[in-house]
Amino acid sequence: MKVDLQQIEEAAKELYIRALKLLPPDVKEGLDRLAAGESDAGAKRMLGTMIQNIKVAEDQANLLCQDTGIPIYNVRIGRGVEAHGFDLKEAIRRGCARSTREYSFRSSIVHPTTRVNEQTSTGRRVPIVHFEFSDRENFLEIEMIPKGSGSENNSWLKMAIPAEGVDAIKTFVIDCVLEAGGKTCPPTIVGVGVGGTADLCVHLAKLAATRPLGSHCEDPEGAKLEAALTPAVNMLGVGPQGLGGDSTAFAVHVETAATHITMNPVAVNMQCHSARRARATFTSGGLEYGY
Amino acid sequence: MAHHVLNPPITEAQVRALRVNDTVTLEGTLFGIRDATQIHLFDRGRKTRLDLAGHAVIHTAPNVQKVPVSAAHPAGYAPSCIGTTTSDRMERFTRPLMAQNGVRLIVGKGGLRDASAAAFRELGGAYLAIIGGAAALETTWIEAIEDVDLDDLHPESLWKFRVRGFGPLVVAMDSHGGSLYAQVRSDSQGRRAKALASLGVKTK
Repeated sequence: MKVDLQQIEEAAKELYIRALKLLPPDVKEGLDRLAAGESDAGAKRMLGTMIQNIKVAEDQANLLCQDTGIPIYNVRIGRGVEAHGFDLKEAIRRGCARSTREYSFRSSIVHPTTRVNEQTSTGRRVPIVHFEFSDRENFLEIEMIPKGSGSENNSWLKMAIPAEGVDAIKTFVIDCVLEAGGKTCPPTIVGVGVGGTADLCVHLAKLAATRPLGSHCEDPEGAKLEAALTPAVNMLGVGPQGLGGDSTAFAVHVETAATHITMNPVAVNMQCHSARRARATFTSGGLEYGY
Repeated sequence: MAHHVLNPPITEAQVRALRVNDTVTLEGTLFGIRDATQIHLFDRGRKTRLDLAGHAVIHTAPNVQKVPVSAAHPAGYAPSCIGTTTSDRMERFTRPLMAQNGVRLIVGKGGLRDASAAAFRELGGAYLAIIGGAAALETTWIEAIEDVDLDDLHPESLWKFRVRGFGPLVVAMDSHGGSLYAQVRSDSQGRRAKALASLGVKTK
């Protein structure tokens, strides 16, 4: 399957605006589920407002949230895909900048020290583009995540030690949720990275935070942690927007990686209630958009 | 739990009448400010020609469209998506905003901390919580962008919005030392041991 770079650029452009406007069905269902089970009247009203906002965004074809986020593109390349990696990355970058210009939404990206905003949603090493590989034949997938800063600003890494065991991981997650309070726009998806190196651990936390609701960690040990941590986090009563209630998190998601005999790293990255995500899948049958 | 309709500028007596858990709907003028706006105003000594005395500000950096100047768009900008950012980063600017510019109300999400609570108590101010991430809905409450200053900081300019039925917002911090955030934080901290016990973790 030969990759048409023009089509990739168009898809990178469309994915950004789609992600900003349309919330994935699993997140909408997640909000409905939380609203139905919420026992605090104020929290229930707030969840209702979030649900109403999704409807307004759809009806008026407007952005869900004013934060256009930091653009992340996760690319998965299958077998038999003919593309030059460099060109592919450049096409995504061009599509990202065109999206900002042509749909004229806010560029949230600045240089880290001069704080200059090029008004293109791009800059040095941004958009962030990750490449992964798939066993599927004639398959290429691009997932776009506009990661909001309210949740991203609340990210943590702890290089715990083996003697502290799994208890250190559990305690850290609880303490991060307490520390975040309302700053992350709860209810959130709490992404937890366990193991790896410092950088891989943080990356795993991001993958966990941006995974669809209802998905589970492929490592049974990670899945066990998810099942235990989700109800524990929701016992804290932080609630929607940090104003109290049962609905602190949609779920805790965990991703794991092997680590060193002397290490026990844990990282937390959160995704806000506007858990935006869009997907383009290229196969021999053509291009299809989804979540 | 009273509901207040406020049309800023408001007086100290009006802001002191607000109590935690009351609700507020704003009518008329609302100013938009953000990190860079306040860094330039309070750290770099820049001045604004806009008068914020007695007014409400919202922590925002909006999505706007550049349009020809007209009666409907006096600043040459049309609102496209206007929402609210996390207030916590701007904690240290609450006092100068109130003391130097006379701001009475801050609209934001996620709350402010002790130094802001002290400024609200001493100078007469309140924090009104909006639902973060509900920007599409919030945009329907904005009638027009009436003016803009410090626009070299775009989108973190100083914006003057005309709003209609902006709310209901929840009074989450008042001028009497009340803070829903501090209350929830303390309650949540109190539940920490129970949550950890459910995970089989012993606490001292």
